[in-house]
Amino acid sequence: MDQLDLEIEEWRTFVEQSPAVDGRDLEELEDHLRAQIADLTEVGLSPDEALLVAVKRMGTVDELSREFAREHSARLWRQLVISDSGEQEQSDSRWLEALVFAVAAAAAIQVARIAAGFPTEQASWLLRNASLFVVPFLAGYFARRRRLTLRQSLGMAVPFLIAAVVINVYPFVEGGSTELLVATHLPVVLWFVVAYPYMSGVLRSHERRMDFVRFTGEWFIYYVLIALGGGVLMALTAFILDPTGVDSERVIDWVLPPAAAGAVIVAAWLVESKKQVIENMAPVLTMLFTPLFAVMLVASIVVYLVTGLGNAFDRDLLGVFDALLVVVLGLVLYGISARDPSTPPSWMDRIQLVAVVSALVLDVIVLGAMIARIGELGFTPNRTAALGLNVLLLVSLAGTAWLSARFISGHGTIHRLETWQTSYLPVFGVWAAAVVVVLPPLFSFM
Amino acid sequence: MDEELTAASAAPVVLTVLSEGESYGYEILKRVREVSEGEFAWTDAMVYPLFHRLTRLGYLTTEWRALPEGRRRNYYAITDHGRTALARRQGLKVLAMDALGEMWRGATWLLTAASRPGTP
Repeated sequence: MDQLDLEIEEWRTFVEQSPAVDGRDLEELEDHLRAQIADLTEVGLSPDEALLVAVKRMGTVDELSREFAREHSARLWRQLVISDSGEQEQSDSRWLEALVFAVAAAAAIQVARIAAGFPTEQASWLLRNASLFVVPFLAGYFARRRRLTLRQSLGMAVPFLIAAVVINVYPFVEGGSTELLVATHLPVVLWFVVAYPYMSGVLRSHERRMDFVRFTGEWFIYYVLIALGGGVLMALTAFILDPTGVDSERVIDWVLPPAAAGAVIVAAWLVESKKQVIENMAPVLTMLFTPLFAVMLVASIVVYLVTGLGNAFDRDLLGVFDALLVVVLGLVLYGISARDPSTPPSWMDRIQLVAVVSALVLDVIVLGAMIARIGELGFTPNRTAALGLNVLLLVSLAGTAWLSARFISGHGTIHRLETWQTSYLPVFGVWAAAVVVVLPPLFSFM
Repeated sequence: MDEELTAASAAPVVLTVLSEGESYGYEILKRVREVSEGEFAWTDAMVYPLFHRLTRLGYLTTEWRALPEGRRRNYYAITDHGRTALARRQGLKVLAMDALGEMWRGATWLLTAASRPGTP
């Protein structure tokens, strides 16, 4: 059997090259090959002949990797770009493509600023319109990358137009809170519009939604890294220009906003083309911070229970808790999208559940106190937006906790948890759109 | 048969085979070929992604067991969830057949009625 073992080993190394097939698959396939060979030698074939027939029946490595790739697309996440033929020649033009869109976004925001009276004054319409000068370029970049049809591209432009009309027709009170709410919620709405070209127009696919979640997380990480680097650059510039007497603050005022706009597209391009780099980073960050958050949240519950809420009930507390729940939801989503769906529940899943449940408990404590006092405080635009988001996040995380507990106890599947997350996502987009469109008239644009 | 269609229609066959008792890849494929009388033109490796998908959806569970030669073998077993899904699908099939039968009876009745001009 020695010769046969050697040849099977050779077959293994050949199949191993396919990125879609992992160690356990290989073990399973080898078992299959050996079982087939045993059957064939029993009916009279020589081991050599049997191996030949068995390998042939197994299918070519190309076929095999294609079939495995279809089921295990997450494993292939980083390979999707690379597997394109002629990648080397194309990479230059792709780089240029991203740069063109980045420069266009930077130029658009700069022109808008000058139109708004920069540098002498700053009109408030610029603030609420800012994302409309940036995100369409990101959508355009993906429309080009994914080769959307003209019809799809035009369809994609409709939400941008509607948003532009709505927020400029509304008679906002200058600097009022509804205008600020529009400024913060419109980017979220537009980000959901980017999902359309990103997913090549296939909005219902669970897998593509998960890809978009992954993209969002990785984009965020890249953006923060770019911002950090940019911050160092700006600080150094300020120090270097200081002795010359040039007002460095004015320089930064000119450069920073367009750079921030361009970085939106550069970060997206980095996620698209450098998936392999980030793939090692994102799961590590999730692994690191999920336990830390779990510990922090459990400790906070204890503190809350011991000291009570008292009088230090800040009106911004709800906003803080929204941020907390968003971060926890982000960790959960990221943890799920980075985990191998075929593995059984692990300690990470349990820690994640602890984090989610403690965030829920904390939030219910705060929400209870908030609702009890809402009559006294009254509804303001800010409070309505914060409360609405809080309730949506609460529902999302409660569903997550329930399905995750079922998965850990062996009664449910991770797939249910994933589909719950991806089917709930549009709710956030709809809510953000409601804050932009419905809330301002409700509070008479104050 | 088209590959996509094969994958879709092979799933119930795999579930049916496993509802007879747990088994491993090579044996399942052998049984699938017997049951389906060679209907699925497949290379062997293609069944594994299907098994993995059914596992992910919670229809199957897997367990690695040691073999005497020192290697391991992955056994698949159907879950209750898988049985329910299979039963529901078979129910649907019966329903579809019934509906087709009804339509056929209706059509023949109409034809016979039409061929007898004397009846109202």
